[in-house]
Amino acid sequence: MITMLQLEIGFIAILASITCCLPGVFLVLRGVAMMSDAISHAILLGIVVMFLFIQDLTSPLLIIGASCAGVLTVLCTEMIIRSKRLKQDAAIGLVFPLFFSVGVILVSQYARNVHLDSDMVLLGELAFAPFNRLFLAGFDCGPCALWVIGTALLINGAFIALFYKELLITTFDPTLATMTAFSPAVFYYALMMMTSITAVATFDAVGSIMVVALMITPPATAYLLTHRVSDMLFMSILVAALSAIFGYAAASWADVSIAGSIASMTGVFFLMALFLSKNKKIMRKS
Amino acid sequence: MMLSWLNIDYTLLLVLQGAALLGITAGALGSFALLRQQSLLGDAISHAALPGIVLMFLCTHSKNPWVLLCGGAIAGVVGVLSMNYLCARTTLKKDAILGIILSVFFGLGLVLMTVAQKVPTSNQAILNKFLFGNVATLLPEDIVVIATIALLIFAVLVLCWKECTVYVFDPVFTHTLGLRPVIIETVLTVLLVLAIVIGLQTVGVVLMSTMLIAPAAAARQWTTRLVHMVGLAAFFGGCAALAGVYVSGVVDHVPTGPAIVVAASGIVLFSLLCAPQRGVA
Repeated sequence: MITMLQLEIGFIAILASITCCLPGVFLVLRGVAMMSDAISHAILLGIVVMFLFIQDLTSPLLIIGASCAGVLTVLCTEMIIRSKRLKQDAAIGLVFPLFFSVGVILVSQYARNVHLDSDMVLLGELAFAPFNRLFLAGFDCGPCALWVIGTALLINGAFIALFYKELLITTFDPTLATMTAFSPAVFYYALMMMTSITAVATFDAVGSIMVVALMITPPATAYLLTHRVSDMLFMSILVAALSAIFGYAAASWADVSIAGSIASMTGVFFLMALFLSKNKKIMRKS
Repeated sequence: MMLSWLNIDYTLLLVLQGAALLGITAGALGSFALLRQQSLLGDAISHAALPGIVLMFLCTHSKNPWVLLCGGAIAGVVGVLSMNYLCARTTLKKDAILGIILSVFFGLGLVLMTVAQKVPTSNQAILNKFLFGNVATLLPEDIVVIATIALLIFAVLVLCWKECTVYVFDPVFTHTLGLRPVIIETVLTVLLVLAIVIGLQTVGVVLMSTMLIAPAAAARQWTTRLVHMVGLAAFFGGCAALAGVYVSGVVDHVPTGPAIVVAASGIVLFSLLCAPQRGVA
């Protein structure tokens, strides 16, 4: 039998997966997928710094601090790349471990007795998510995570729906975008902001590594199967949701880590797509 | 004595030796990764090693970290092979492939870890050590293993120096010379996996990539010659490791891995700002 608790966990997992894969589609298309790895680690610093100021682990200000840390990571990385002293991959690989390390040191110095550790950020624990509930005027309105992730999903969905055309042009033809007065930089940072918000909203429930898995693997799976961005969006939503459902089912059957199981399930779908796809490498490798 | 003045006891001395060896080796090898634009490969390999480590634990029930790290090395090589396959087979961009391997392997590792927790003889601390790194448990025999692997890595680098240099800068010319780029690539990757494996115990999965890139990135700012760059990167790596371990040993509640990363990042920042030809000054 499926209990209410299981239903809630499953629903949070599905929402988190869909929320993550929306910005992921554009990250994969632009070739900046590893930024999701960087951002999802760097948010620890934002959370810790914000916590040291306000001393409250449930405040929504933590989410704002974390998003800022995410955007700051992107800014620092871009600054190093623009100085032409290091290549993109080196810049990414240098900035986020520093942010993460400073975050870990601050936690172990000042916040040791609080439930705030790097384990939590890295691994997350979906099974506990439903116990942190939102009460409005005494009514039980469901798990907090559901509302936070739902908001992020709304923001992502609205942004993509409103600026779909602009996102397409800035992704595939930055020169044309500049000529038609859309600044590619503005949309690049908007996308990074979206990635930060998504990572912040979901990592608490699923952990930062699963954020990476959900942002990259379902869009990459869809990328193998189609050449249209709209199809890619819908297919990655489908793959993400199916991974969440099957991953959660497998995890509760075998009693293992839910986040890990969902991440592995995205890999299974990717493998299936790999063997089904006709996306063979022809002579057009540039 | 100097040592007592610096507040160094026997344990700390041991850890300093291990960390310095790791820093020197990772720094030297990182130069090749940086120049081949594979800086994030280290990050992917260190995450991909996790399922191998846990699977080894599940199969052997061994508590010897080196047995477990053998499994990690195998998983790391499997991760690299899958990446190469995906690169050749699909039109996906390289960073997406890195991200897929990193996160899916790590997810698999998490699943296996929760399986391992149910094994009665399991010791959670052993496996957690690889996630975040913990040098406090380094034993004299560990130093011997680290030193052996470091020596092996340097021996191969010295023996294949010419081949590696040619390959790093011009893979096509390597082929023209009658050398096999695939073999050199494989050798360099295996060395990278070995260096990561000795580093996992010390700095953990998340921060291992910095040990590889940061010293090399700093060294790159000071010189345009490969041999100088590798030497300087080894020196920077050793310094960062020593500084990080020393601070975390003397100051309470400073974890080692993050302390090393902050030290290494400081060297990079200094080099970016102050190096004579490439710096701002």
